[in-house]
Amino acid sequence: MSVAPADVAKIASLARLKVTDAELEAMVPELNGILAWVEQLGEVDVTGIEPMTAVIPNTLRLRDDVVNADPLTGGDIRDKVLANAPVAEHGFFGVPKVIE
Amino acid sequence: MTNLTEFGIAAIRDGVVRGDFTATEVAQAFNAAVAEANPALNAFIVTTPDHALAAAAKVDSARAAGEELGKLAGVPIGMKDLFATEGVQTTAASHILEGFEPQYESTVSRKLWEAGAGMLGKLNLDQFAMGSSNETSAFGNVISPWRRTGADGSVDTAPLAPGGSSGGSSSAVAARIAAAATGTDTGGSIRQPAAFTGISGIKPTYGRCSRWGIVAFASSLDQAGPMARDVRDCAIMLEAMAGFDPKDSTSLDMPVPEWDANLSDDLRGRKIGIPREYRIDGFNADVAKSWDDGIAWLKDAGAEIVDINLPHTRYALPTYYIIAPAEASSNLARYDGVRYGLRELPEGANLQEMYAATRAAGFGAEVKRRILIGTYVLSAGFYDAYYTQAQKVRTLISRDFMNAFDEVDVILTPTAPTSAFALGEKTSDPLEMYLNDVFSVPASLAGLPAMSVPAGLDRGGLPLGLHLIGRPFDEQGVLNAGLAIERRAGFSAKPAKWW
Repeated sequence: MSVAPADVAKIASLARLKVTDAELEAMVPELNGILAWVEQLGEVDVTGIEPMTAVIPNTLRLRDDVVNADPLTGGDIRDKVLANAPVAEHGFFGVPKVIE
Repeated sequence: MTNLTEFGIAAIRDGVVRGDFTATEVAQAFNAAVAEANPALNAFIVTTPDHALAAAAKVDSARAAGEELGKLAGVPIGMKDLFATEGVQTTAASHILEGFEPQYESTVSRKLWEAGAGMLGKLNLDQFAMGSSNETSAFGNVISPWRRTGADGSVDTAPLAPGGSSGGSSSAVAARIAAAATGTDTGGSIRQPAAFTGISGIKPTYGRCSRWGIVAFASSLDQAGPMARDVRDCAIMLEAMAGFDPKDSTSLDMPVPEWDANLSDDLRGRKIGIPREYRIDGFNADVAKSWDDGIAWLKDAGAEIVDINLPHTRYALPTYYIIAPAEASSNLARYDGVRYGLRELPEGANLQEMYAATRAAGFGAEVKRRILIGTYVLSAGFYDAYYTQAQKVRTLISRDFMNAFDEVDVILTPTAPTSAFALGEKTSDPLEMYLNDVFSVPASLAGLPAMSVPAGLDRGGLPLGLHLIGRPFDEQGVLNAGLAIERRAGFSAKPAKWW
């Protein structure tokens, strides 16, 4: 499979990346080179093989359903959460108007 | 007195404990070395001499009070700028995080401070750890302290790559301006830079070190580990970094072994596997020779050498370059100009346009390339052909290793296909750069512990590394084989100071 400029524009839009026409032109052959190379995986016989989802066998843990069970990851740290926000107002993240 | 910056972890810690010198003297010596070298090497994005001095003062007063000192008491280290450090800018070497000051400390860095280490600064890296030469940083290239020498002894001053992504770490440790450094390894980012700069580095079993507070690249692969002067320093530092962390859902709930106390280069009764598939086309003659040297050294240490097959090796790199970008495209979705980091808000832009403009301005070219590849292979209609297929091949690669470990205890390969290359030599073709990780990526895909130790110099006077891969959780087997090589290789070469 190979990608055309329109495909790259679509992917860029899905990835929320603004690209200029010049960048788009440059990316098409680069992405096609990488995609052609990874397509060699298609020749591997994977009949009956499960896709790997966890590299080391492990089970996901559940913590007690208690508010602030772990103070390090719990709540009551609003100011810290907002400290690096480009815009924070009234205790919230500020963004451009979303609803007309 | 010997220049204190010549000492590694064990020598500094033991010297401070004995009272040969104070932690403060050590911190001052390294701070001065950093200040002198950093303009030339660009290994640090920010330096934090006050952090190093404060940690040292704490160690000195604890010693004066007769308290027991930590494993890393008085040891000044560099912290890869992928670890969140409270109140100290953390960027992942990306413009999109410039100015970001975490309000919390990563688990690994916190454990290192608790063990008595101090921070010299935040180390440069490839942007979001994506790269093999440290040429994708938004804060400029890191320069290797090493230089190539000609057959006639003439020195070529062309700047060399320190490897990547942990290139600031490798450059700083090799230049003796940090006693040790943290690294992270997704497909070889600890091991390849260690090999390029003549130092040691270990990526432990996936899950040994908490990922909490490490900027995420590819979460099923990312692991932190130490980069240090020798194998023993790696063992000591890894003990301080590792351990169960409830804040990381993939953290291993296992006790941390005493790797340092159990170091031994006696390999009698151990079997070392040599994978046929790693003898690639166009194999570099110096690398081939160092591999043969490694085999001889391990035999000398008492090990039995066994030829093995890892049949799916050639598929490891393409598998990695589907899985890692796929996970990256998902992980990096968080950089949206809302919660932290850069915001680009063109006049009249709506929310979606703000996201796209912010990400376009904030991410570098390689990061964008991987986000696009990852988005493509995960998109509707292509997911099964690319991503699911890659995950199945990953199972086969892992199975190859498990079959091999029925027969052998540790696997020996070269770390990288060549010694360090010059900056700019491989930047025109992304695929050529990706091929640098051909020997390191398979172990990453299988989550196995693996380390690089220096083996010798090539004909250009540049270091070559040997790579040891172990069973899951068997860091000890890897470290011990590494120690056997270290003791026999007698690697003592250091870069001549030119900065």
